[in-house]
Amino acid sequence: MKILVCISHVPDTTSKINFKDDNSKFDSTGVQYVINPHDEFVLTRAMWFKEKQGASLTVVNVGDASSEPTLRKALAIGADDAIRVNAEPTDGFYVAKQLAEVIKNGGYDLVLAGRESLDYNGGMVPGMIASLIDYNFVNACIGIDVEENQVTATREIDGGKEVVSTELPLIIGGQKGLVEDKDLRIPNMRGIMMARKKPLQVVEPIDTNTTTASISFDKPEPRSACKMVDSDNLDELISLLHNEAKVI
Amino acid sequence: MSVLVFADNSEGKFKKNAFEVTSYGKKVAEMTQTNLVVLTINADNVSELANYGAEKILKVSNDQLKDFNAKAYADVVKQAAEKEGADIVIIDSSSNGSYFAPLVAVNLEAGYASNAVELPSSISPFVIKRKAFSSKAFNNTEIKTSNKVIGLSKNSFGLVENSVNTNEEDFTPTLSDDDFNVTFKSVEKATGKVSIADADIVVSGGRGLKSGENWGIIEELADVLGAATACSKPVSDLGWRPHSEHVGQTGKPVSSNLYIAIGISGAIQHLAGVNSSKVKVVINTDPEAPFFKAADYGIVGDAFDVVPRLTEKLKEFKANQ
Ligand SMILES: Cc1cc2nc3c(=O)[nH]c(=O)nc-3n(C[C@H](O)[C@H](O)[C@H](O)COP(=O)(O)OP(=O)(O)OC[C@H]3O[C@@H](n4cnc5c(N)ncnc54)[C@H](O)[C@@H]3O)c2cc1C
Repeated sequence: MKILVCISHVPDTTSKINFKDDNSKFDSTGVQYVINPHDEFVLTRAMWFKEKQGASLTVVNVGDASSEPTLRKALAIGADDAIRVNAEPTDGFYVAKQLAEVIKNGGYDLVLAGRESLDYNGGMVPGMIASLIDYNFVNACIGIDVEENQVTATREIDGGKEVVSTELPLIIGGQKGLVEDKDLRIPNMRGIMMARKKPLQVVEPIDTNTTTASISFDKPEPRSACKMVDSDNLDELISLLHNEAKVI
Repeated sequence: MSVLVFADNSEGKFKKNAFEVTSYGKKVAEMTQTNLVVLTINADNVSELANYGAEKILKVSNDQLKDFNAKAYADVVKQAAEKEGADIVIIDSSSNGSYFAPLVAVNLEAGYASNAVELPSSISPFVIKRKAFSSKAFNNTEIKTSNKVIGLSKNSFGLVENSVNTNEEDFTPTLSDDDFNVTFKSVEKATGKVSIADADIVVSGGRGLKSGENWGIIEELADVLGAATACSKPVSDLGWRPHSEHVGQTGKPVSSNLYIAIGISGAIQHLAGVNSSKVKVVINTDPEAPFFKAADYGIVGDAFDVVPRLTEKLKEFKANQ
């Protein structure tokens, strides 16, 4: 089985989000980048397929050279090789088109992506890829088993979960549940040394359009100060929630 | 031209999100000076949609579509959009909606703006505000294509009553075997519990509760309020609560009307996911807990003392309503 894991390179979750150039661009000053947390869960699940079922494991990112440390980290965790599509990931559709091309060329059986990336939260790349290359698709995937060509997958639904069956080739939008937090791997020294020697291929993007454009950013309105209520005066809290906030 | 809204249902019944996307669709149709068409699949009774401005309703009845199937639903929406000449398609952000909306976008060669929180700020160019960076910010996104798909963030627009006369029409889409390559096997749903996605009120507990066995006070408070229960990430990592209750940047997003955080410090990753809730109440022993800075109402106190008393008071309050 040939597996491709799509890796998004995103600001660390502790980052303060700021903008520059008249709020038209994200300000990356002082921001640390990491593997998108959802992608880390799918990558760890992919490692299981590699170790237990002999799958090959390639990771891919659409981005400029600054995302290479993130790809190297994925190699240090255990991926066999990496591909970087040398382009600015301008919108979800553009990224999906680039990845669809990589998948067609590489003939991957199973493509694992995160449910959404924690920068633009589009949640659209996996579904768009599936539609572009006609792969089966399971979103918000929290469990996956593959036997030969047959796949059983679990997806999260509002208020529960659902089990579906399908076949390869398949793409999933995955998240925690595929593996747990404690299963995530921190690259060790040996992994990091080996990662330096693993192939990281840079390919040029295909010519394609974007369908959306980012115009500007806004920050949430600053909120008014928190009203403190004495713990011996819970009637006041109830009255505030009922009369002022009108939520109960 | 027209605006097509997909109004989802659960076992034949509409939930609030169906009325919200319809209300929103009606306003978008007014802004673009076109008509609203609402598409339903296997809904029992569509008449309620007329209260929110559904001038025309397309009704699909098809046993093959009894269980949600992203590809099949995306095909139905595409065919409905083509039939109605719809250039704007609006879908909710439920687990089903966000699953199949990207497929609809590719089907219609449309740009897709997910997690939209407002009406378009302009029609030409078509610009819409959407959540980004896990609600730490918003992005104003232009959709450049002539066809457009909008994913409306839950509870961002609300319901707007707007009674109209409705014209109902049966619609029979053409489905192929290929649409069903992902097949439904089984479902597991917590019965008698409100889900975080559907809840108007969410009661959430953190590590301050010290053990999973102490969750009784959270559940009782949630019960009186008709609320869903949720938790911080370490609580689910420790196995005190199921992962499905983990909220925050890496868990489920919450955009309820009221979010009550008990024994939760308010780490940036937690706040990111719950920020878009309208009103936040924090109960914490530590007056310096960062969550107070992001809250509307705060109580400094011990959860084991405050929460049971609050539950009793709320019971009285509810009884007198
Ligand atoms: C990549 C990454 C992603 C993350 N994603 C998420 C996420 O999605 N969601 C999330 O929640 N976290 C997330 N976290 C974790 C986050 O950083 C915090 O560690 C976590 O939110 C803290 O949970 P907590 O508030 O329950 O616990 P703590 O920070 O330990 O806070 C416990 C609070 O309880 C109070 N307390 C103690 N006793 C009582 C009492 N008797 N009564 C009342 N209050 C009491 C304390 O004063 C304290 O404020 C993430 C972290 C990382 C690194």
